[in-house]
Amino acid sequence: MSKKPRILIVDDEAAMRESLKDWLMEDGYEVNSAESGEAAVKMAAERNWDIVLLDLKMPGMDGIETLERIKEINPDAEVLMMTAYATVDTAVQAMKDGAFDYLVKPFDPDEVEIQIKKIVEHKDLVVQNILLRKKLEEKYHYDEIIGKSDAMQEVFELIDRVAPTDSTVLITGESGTGKELVAQAIHGNSARCYMPFIAVSCGALPDTLLESELFGYERGAFSGAEHRKRGRFEMADKGTLFLDEIGDISLKTQVDLLRILQQKEFLRLGSEEIIKVDVRILAATNRDLKAAIREKRFREDLFYRLNVISIHVPPLRKRKEDIPLLVTAFIQKYCLEMNKEEVKIASSALKLLMDYDWPGNVRELENIIERALVIGQGQKIEADDLPFSRRDMAPAELPRSLKKMERVHIRRILKETNWNISKAARELDIDRQTLYNKIDKYGITKEEI
Amino acid sequence: MTACVTICPIGAVEDEIVEPISRCIEEKCGLTCRFFQRMETPEYAYDKGREQYNSKLILRRLINHLPKNSFKLMGVTQVDLFVPILKYVFGVAQMQGPCSVISTHRLYPEFYEESSNQGLFLERVQKTALHELGHCFGLIHCRDRHCIMYSSTRIQDTDLKKMDFCPSCRDLFNWYLDQARKDHQI
Repeated sequence: MSKKPRILIVDDEAAMRESLKDWLMEDGYEVNSAESGEAAVKMAAERNWDIVLLDLKMPGMDGIETLERIKEINPDAEVLMMTAYATVDTAVQAMKDGAFDYLVKPFDPDEVEIQIKKIVEHKDLVVQNILLRKKLEEKYHYDEIIGKSDAMQEVFELIDRVAPTDSTVLITGESGTGKELVAQAIHGNSARCYMPFIAVSCGALPDTLLESELFGYERGAFSGAEHRKRGRFEMADKGTLFLDEIGDISLKTQVDLLRILQQKEFLRLGSEEIIKVDVRILAATNRDLKAAIREKRFREDLFYRLNVISIHVPPLRKRKEDIPLLVTAFIQKYCLEMNKEEVKIASSALKLLMDYDWPGNVRELENIIERALVIGQGQKIEADDLPFSRRDMAPAELPRSLKKMERVHIRRILKETNWNISKAARELDIDRQTLYNKIDKYGITKEEI
Repeated sequence: MTACVTICPIGAVEDEIVEPISRCIEEKCGLTCRFFQRMETPEYAYDKGREQYNSKLILRRLINHLPKNSFKLMGVTQVDLFVPILKYVFGVAQMQGPCSVISTHRLYPEFYEESSNQGLFLERVQKTALHELGHCFGLIHCRDRHCIMYSSTRIQDTDLKKMDFCPSCRDLFNWYLDQARKDHQI
């Protein structure tokens, strides 16, 4: 342990408590004491103690029960039981319940020192173990992409193989699966990594804007073009251009793109000067491009130009074993951002996350964890901190009518917030008056909630 | 007040024991020592069940006798000391406080069924006194086995130590001493 451990002494006898505290303080430990099991449990909930020296026989909550409660709150705390009546039974019981060891009062001065040194060494080993495990887990991370499932391991292998080449890559997958992260990983692990990575969301721009965005324009090329503007292709020279939502571009832009991919050159709008660029193209789509080709919405020749190598990012529902790893990573990320002490996730909450179908994929999971950390105040994310209930897991049971669905949803939020109108309105992202109007409209009463 | 340590024999303690403690403190800590009138054997601290004396009770009594012209008071006794949680102690001190008490009981080679050795015994007494005085100035246990502030849980630990602070404990002791002088406007 890099720091001196924090020690909590629990004993109903003041003389024992105080003499042990003084003794340990001579060793420079940070020591505090509690006069009962109840007080110790309260102190354990308030802060983490590395070592707890716990008396076995106490009035009220005895040592065994206190041990169980402390271990529930902080499983990492090492507990040394103290007893004036050493019996094998109690010692064995305490060890079974997770005590590190036990000491018979009064101790030999050597004993307590040796036991604490043993715990410190044990904790050091645990930390080393965690570090090793983290190193191992890094294998499951590719930059920002997380996943230990076979499907994701295949993705990582493909990234490894294609990154050093200059090949065009088509990345497919549903919304929120992390296609841009894959593109960044390819760029970041290529020889172009010190040059720009430029991303363009093709689907977000109307055709004419996309054209000027990609190729740039000369002054006066069209009304409003007051200055010459460099396009994304020029910006990405020597680097990587990531064309997201490529399945959404017009046939006209598809032709321009094809020309660039074939000739590695283009014209700015309003210019006759040919510009040569050295750009690696990575494209992504959540659409079925083969179906778009059949429907004549996407050029087959462009598809084959883009699809030199394809990487498919699996949806989260197909790699649920990655959910715990992702949850841990998002908790770490947002706790750091929010300057919060790292929290854990309750098994009931994790089960809900595992059962859910994740139509919005990893992005949806990330949003839900962020939200739970903002809403939840405890040291754990509980099932109640998650925005969906078990009913969400069975969409077939939900009404088909939008109006009925709205009523059901409003009732549910009102129930969750105990008819707290302000809180419910905030959850529903509407103002209080609108919520009152909807309550009237749907005839929802407090009694039925 | 002067920067002095008062040494107080408790019960039957020979002068030949008190004098070397004083010499050692003056030499290693640069503090003058005075002697306090002998206190009675601490029967009030006797625990019949353990047949030992509760050092915490002795410390409590000493605090009430801290001389006005001294800023540390050390009791020296021949009785066997304990604190409630431990089987025995060689000495106890108030961390960064005025009082400490040491016992010579377990420092005699004869206690460990070894032949009498007055030199070794006095060396142990001096080391124990210096160690407890270190606590009174705020020093905690040191990791250096040869430093006087290394924790002595067995007599072998005491014998292995040198009769001085390690360089870092020495620096710290001097710093604490300066602080104490300022606090007491000495």
